Formats: sequence, structure tokens, C-alpha cells
Amino acid sequence: MAITATESHTTVTRPFGPASALSCRECGERYEIGPRFACEQCFGPLEVAYDFSGVSIDAIKSGPPSIWRYASLLPVPADVASRPNMAPGFTPLVRADRLAAELGLRSLHVKDDSANPTHSFKDRVVAMAVEAARAFGFHTLSCSSTGNLAGAVGAAAARAGLRSCVFIPAGLEEGKVVMAAVYGGRVVAIDGSYDDVNRFCSELIGDPAGEDWGFVNVNLRPFYAEGSKTLAYEIVEQLGWRLPEQIIIPIASGSQLTKIDKGFRELIELGLVEDTPYTVFGAQATGCSPVAKAWEAGHDVVQPVKPDTIAKSLAIGNPADGPYVLDVARRSGGCVSHVSDEEIVDSISLLARTEGIFAETAGGVTTGVLRRLLAEGKLDPNKETVVLNTGDGLKTLNAATAGVSATIAPSLEAFRDAGLAH
Amino acid sequence: MSGVNVRVPTILRTYTSGESEVTASGATLREVLTDLETNYPGISARILDDSGKIRRFVNVYVGDEDVRFASGVETATPAGSRVSVVPAVAGG
Repeated sequence: MAITATESHTTVTRPFGPASALSCRECGERYEIGPRFACEQCFGPLEVAYDFSGVSIDAIKSGPPSIWRYASLLPVPADVASRPNMAPGFTPLVRADRLAAELGLRSLHVKDDSANPTHSFKDRVVAMAVEAARAFGFHTLSCSSTGNLAGAVGAAAARAGLRSCVFIPAGLEEGKVVMAAVYGGRVVAIDGSYDDVNRFCSELIGDPAGEDWGFVNVNLRPFYAEGSKTLAYEIVEQLGWRLPEQIIIPIASGSQLTKIDKGFRELIELGLVEDTPYTVFGAQATGCSPVAKAWEAGHDVVQPVKPDTIAKSLAIGNPADGPYVLDVARRSGGCVSHVSDEEIVDSISLLARTEGIFAETAGGVTTGVLRRLLAEGKLDPNKETVVLNTGDGLKTLNAATAGVSATIAPSLEAFRDAGLAH
Repeated sequence: MSGVNVRVPTILRTYTSGESEVTASGATLREVLTDLETNYPGISARILDDSGKIRRFVNVYVGDEDVRFASGVETATPAGSRVSVVPAVAGG
């Protein structure tokens, strides 16, 4: 903690704001705040613990229209908004009446995170990691990524004046590769799956070659993951400080789902929102559905799989937070479901056609699971429902099936002859 | 018996006096871990739970293969192979 004397008073700068420690989700062991991510006793994931103070709805409402309005609930300094950053968040909560009518739902909203600066929810989590990297003095920002995270890291590092080097599995969608590379950092393709990339990055941080590198989803993971809580805060605020009754969240590693749940519970514990029941549903692609398979089998552990799906941003075969996803779904009365690649493509079209939202494949997964859960009677059509779209369809154009309606000569006769007038 | 190279993650290096790679012997992962325990007492209990299974937030690889896709702790560890112990990673 740095203490700075000023003319009239002493200002205490806390680089991690209200964060007080890192705590193991498995055994509860606590650690001083540092660039660590796994418990030394049991390998369980560490997460940020807080000593909240000065949190109020009025203070939040007076904040900037970005995730930084919730700085008092995050592991960041109070002056975070004044530093060079991407200012992500406060994305639209779209009232999806036409999609609701088509599916037979009473009330539906789409939380559209394609509106973030690099067009995916990853800008939220990376913003947290940048602040941690600054506090720890890392000179290079890095990650293992299926694409969206790589773009978010490249952009945020450029804005913050950090070097970046991101690692992706070879063969990603071209749009994601370009978006990762355009910001000037290094993009390294690994000849293997995302899980292979993860293993490589985990080994790199333990090697002198990776010294002083901040991997946003490895050694900065506890801080990074907290960014997903802002989705919970925003949905509650945009609903008028109410919890949604049902929410559908995509599962890659499972971290986003568990942190949204953490965000809801924090607001309840702080008395900022009424403690009303909410049900959490997890969504996966059938070609990479280890958590859904564990759910269907009634297991508490998740058996890894080798992914084979067009939903590459969700293609994590060994989801670290999978067991916690099962816990949240079970506790809230939800479930974990999955949809085929064909249903994903069809659902991308459905969302675009009814609401003007062009989702990437992960958005096709959540919309597809919404439709499937309704058909199976597992989701209540009379309850207010929120479905997440975590990224922009422009990044996964190959999954879209749309094209020109007709090719005609530039004449009115040709237009009429083609039957396009009505 | 020829040695197996074991890559040790940062949080287990207190057991190996800071060494990031050590050698062990054994025809299976279980035998390798038993041999490791002999030379670095306490390390095995960090990787395996009380029932002898690999802890759920630990990934163990023999070569490039996650042992969960092979035979778990009974996975063969041929002479000269490399064993990596890696904490589970989230996000992406």
C-alpha cells in the first residue's frame, strides 16, 4: 500500500481497492494479494475476497457509464477510471419482445456484450487484469485464448502502454486472428487445441522465459475473473435494481457463470437488491459439452473432452470452473444444457432476424439453449428471462448462413421481374 | 531403470528446493509419484487426494497427453518420457 502526502491531507492509495486477500474456493486457505492463482495446499482456484465499504446505489449511479461505476466492488484503485483504459461495459440490455413472442416467453432481455470496445465480454475481464498487471509491475500482458480474449488483451495493452504477446490455437477464425494482431502485439499460434495452449502458458509462467509476464487468465486469473461480476451488476441496475428471475449464460471454462452468480450474491449481501429467487442455466455446444454431460449424469466432477464444435470461443474441453457451475445450477434450480452446431447456426439467424443482434457462435449457443429449455419445459415462459450474447457475429462470419437475396441488372424491369417489389 | 523427467509447477517447488524439473523412475505415473514422494516427502499428497486419485484442479500430462484421456495414475511412463504437473486454468 502506497501512502502519499498532499498539502491538506494524507491520501491512501489502495491498488486493489476493497480487495483484502485471495481465498481458495476449495479449502478456504487465505493468501496475501499477489500474482498467484492456485492454492498451495490443494491446487484449488484462488479468488478475490473483499472488505467492502462505501458501496451505495447513489454512488454507483454517479459513476461513469462503464464498468468503473462499480469500482467499489472490484479489485481496482478508486481512481481507476482516470487511467488510460478501454472503459468497457454498460452494454445494452435489449428488450427482446419479438424473440419473446416467437418463442412464447412473457419477458425476455438480451444482454448484448458485442457492444464492448473489442466486441466481446472479454474487455471486462481484461480491464481488471490490466490494473493487476500495473500493480504487480509486469511488462508484458499475455493470455491463452480462443480469439476474443486475444483481441481484448491486444487492445487493452496498446491503450495502457504495455507490451502484449498472446497465444492461440492454430486454425482460429480469420476475423479473430486479425483482431488480435492489429493492435501491434505478438500473436503466436500453437499447433494444438486450446487446452494445449493453456498447458503451454501455465508452464511458461514457471520458467525464466515467462518472468515478468502477466497472463491475464493464468497468474492474474483471480483479478481477471472478477470482471465478469460487472455483468451481474449491470443487469440488476438495468432492470431497475432487481434480480432477473432466469438467466442463461454460456460456459467455456465456467468462470463467467460462477462470477455472475457471485455478483448477484454480493448485491444481496450488501442490501443493494432484494433477495428474490433467480435461476441460472448453463449453455454449451454439444461438440464441447463436458459440464452438460456431467449434469445429465448427475456427477460432481467434470470429465474432460476433446472439443469439436463451431463454437470455438466455448471450446474448452477441460473447464476449470465446471464443478462450480454444477453447484450454481443445482443451488438455483437451473440446469446445464447443450445444442448442436446446426441449432447454433439457426439460432444466430433467429436472434438476428427478430432483434437485429448479430451474435457470434456463443450467442447462438445461449439462444439455442433458451429455445431447447423452453421446448423441454425446463425454463418457465412466464418468468423474466435474460440471455447473454457475449460476442459479435462479425468475428465468426463462417458460421452465418445469410447471403444476397438476388442478383439483378440495374433496371426497374429486372427488379419487377425478380418479384422483389413485395 | 531409466529416468522420467518431471516438470514441477511453481507452487510445488518448495518440495524440490526450487527445482523446476526433477527426475524420477517408474513404469507408471503412480510409480513415478511414489518415487517422487521418496525423494521429496509431501509432494505426492499435493497431487493426489486421500483416495489416491488426481486432485480435480490438477492436470497431469505424460508427454502431450492429459492422463485423464489415458489411464489416469496407471498411465504408462516409458523411459525418457516427460511428466508435467499443471494447475487447472480458467478463462479464455
